[in-house]
Amino acid sequence: MAEKQMNETKGLMGWIDARFPLTSTIKQHMTEYYAPKNFNFWYYFGILATVVFALQILTGIFLTMHYKPSAADAFASVEYIMRDVWGGNYIRYMHSTGASMFFIVVYLHMFRGLIYGSYRNPRELIWLFGVAIFLCLMGEAFFGYLLPWGQMSYWGAQVIVNLFSAIPFIGPDFSEWLRGDYLISDATLNRFFAFHVIALPFVLAGLVAVHLIALHEVGSNNPDGVEIKKKKDPKTGIPLDGIPFHPYYTVKDTVGVVAFFIVFAAIIFYAPDMGGYFLEANNFVPANPLVTPAHIAPVWYFTPYYSILRAVPPILNSQFPGVAMMGLSVMAFAFLPWLDKSPVASIRYRGGLYKKWLAAFVVSFVVLGYLGTVPSNIWGQFSAGMPIIGGADRATVVARIFTVVYFAFFILMPWYTAKDKTKPVPERVTY
Amino acid sequence: MKNMKKLLIALAFLPVAALANEAKMDVSAPVNLSDHDSLQRGAKTFVNYCLSCHSANYMRYNRLQDIGLTEKQIKENLVFAGDKVGETMQVGMNPKDAKAWFGAAPPDLSVEVRARGADWVYAYLRGFYKDDTRPSGWNNTVFDKVAMPHVLYELQGIQVLNHETHQLELVKAGRMNPQEYDAFVGDLTNYMTYMAEPKQQNRKHTGIWVLLILGVLLVMAKKLKKEYWKDIK
Repeated sequence: MAEKQMNETKGLMGWIDARFPLTSTIKQHMTEYYAPKNFNFWYYFGILATVVFALQILTGIFLTMHYKPSAADAFASVEYIMRDVWGGNYIRYMHSTGASMFFIVVYLHMFRGLIYGSYRNPRELIWLFGVAIFLCLMGEAFFGYLLPWGQMSYWGAQVIVNLFSAIPFIGPDFSEWLRGDYLISDATLNRFFAFHVIALPFVLAGLVAVHLIALHEVGSNNPDGVEIKKKKDPKTGIPLDGIPFHPYYTVKDTVGVVAFFIVFAAIIFYAPDMGGYFLEANNFVPANPLVTPAHIAPVWYFTPYYSILRAVPPILNSQFPGVAMMGLSVMAFAFLPWLDKSPVASIRYRGGLYKKWLAAFVVSFVVLGYLGTVPSNIWGQFSAGMPIIGGADRATVVARIFTVVYFAFFILMPWYTAKDKTKPVPERVTY
Repeated sequence: MKNMKKLLIALAFLPVAALANEAKMDVSAPVNLSDHDSLQRGAKTFVNYCLSCHSANYMRYNRLQDIGLTEKQIKENLVFAGDKVGETMQVGMNPKDAKAWFGAAPPDLSVEVRARGADWVYAYLRGFYKDDTRPSGWNNTVFDKVAMPHVLYELQGIQVLNHETHQLELVKAGRMNPQEYDAFVGDLTNYMTYMAEPKQQNRKHTGIWVLLILGVLLVMAKKLKKEYWKDIK
């Protein structure tokens, strides 16, 4: 194939193609990559995640030029960026807003996968690479959050690193090794900086590349969950419902990206703190190892898992079950391709049972997310006379119920997807 | 699907609607960042009263040109003797001494409003009352057992806390009447809000242009998409 194209191109392109498969690469991934023509709203979030990733790298480079990774200077250097660096406030807000927006678009991207069955055969590997990207992103966000060296940075990191101490046998040594000290300190800040700006971005970029290579190998799913490669034009071999990614989806995605930028800009210019959700008020107090804040909460994108951690009661005085459940709540996504036993992929042709379970999952995710941002005594306690739950924090009991729902969505999936009534799937996509 | 989308969007903004990171204050601070007179009065108060003990290490004096002062005015009226106009608002007091005198080193106030909220600062400045059980002789309604004494009592007068009504009562008038004092600390709070993020007014003005340009771009992108997609059936 490459041989053939070499002869087709002339001039500069011909010269390049004889040395590098430029034309064939562009064809394979852009002009002759056939995507289903029926993509809807939910199909913007992959490209948006890519855009945010690029933006984070770009703004991160400029922040790194002015930021000082040391316990003595970090907080001041962030304020220096905010005040004295030309455009520094915008760079910083783009980066801090970008972190939250990254999670928003990735969560919506994952939700798209859930409703249209994008994780199913033959896309299991795309999904697994995606889960790896998600894990990596969580690490990236966690390491980055320490860098402003505010009270929440400090105590958030303290809490999370201490979680690892709960792992039996190796825990305490492991968390000390991770910190490089007995408590979060200058040494920790420096290594987190290294992870945040070099190690994890490299891994992320690589994972994004394999995620896309795998996607372009098997082709995109679509809202109908119909494989467009099954119906090809007998002459050209092009899927009947496929259209070239470029120019059709490049122009369509441009609309999505500009619309996203409008939301992004509105936040940056008018609500960069997002009422304490994107930038926590307590993080404007410099880190102080001697003063523990009254209420330590992770940033909103970690709070569903943090809620699960808090909801699981300690067993034999060990916090490990909570930590393990928190880890499992993230890893559960990786098992989806093998848990889903439904004959159909898309929610459009699934029955009510799946829809109800999915809705219950979304609700528990949001409620757990909310509860993770607030102290567990927020709703007061049940009266002492009540059986079983008497005296318990109301919010904790609610978090426990939704933790069960969260896991039930995964554990019971083989059962309810197999049992669910499905509707007939059309031969071709609906457009 | 349409309903699901709406539901999801609604759910996404639910926590924002219910946000309550800081304690709710009974009073709301009179913040108006385009009122340069108020900001200038607040800056003067800050330099004369607060800066004796509290630094504003991230705030440069010459940045006060933002609020309509000239460099000459800043140099003559606001900068401490010996400091340069391009320097930040440092404090002469040694933190170790301060800790020995007050029990806690006075915090830097550059971003205090971002950490506590303007309403909190305003309520705090109005909330001092006489309490002989405290080492300094003062306590505060929004910051119980605070180490800081009431620096402005000559202006406000002396308040005591009525333990039955939980209201503050003025027992000795100061040089200002209550309205004047509220306006005085209101200006100070306004200034501290500006100081916490000096570029915020500028940011809000720039935002209008960015959003306008993006709006035009969106219309163009939509038209382009329509043009390309008209032959897809």
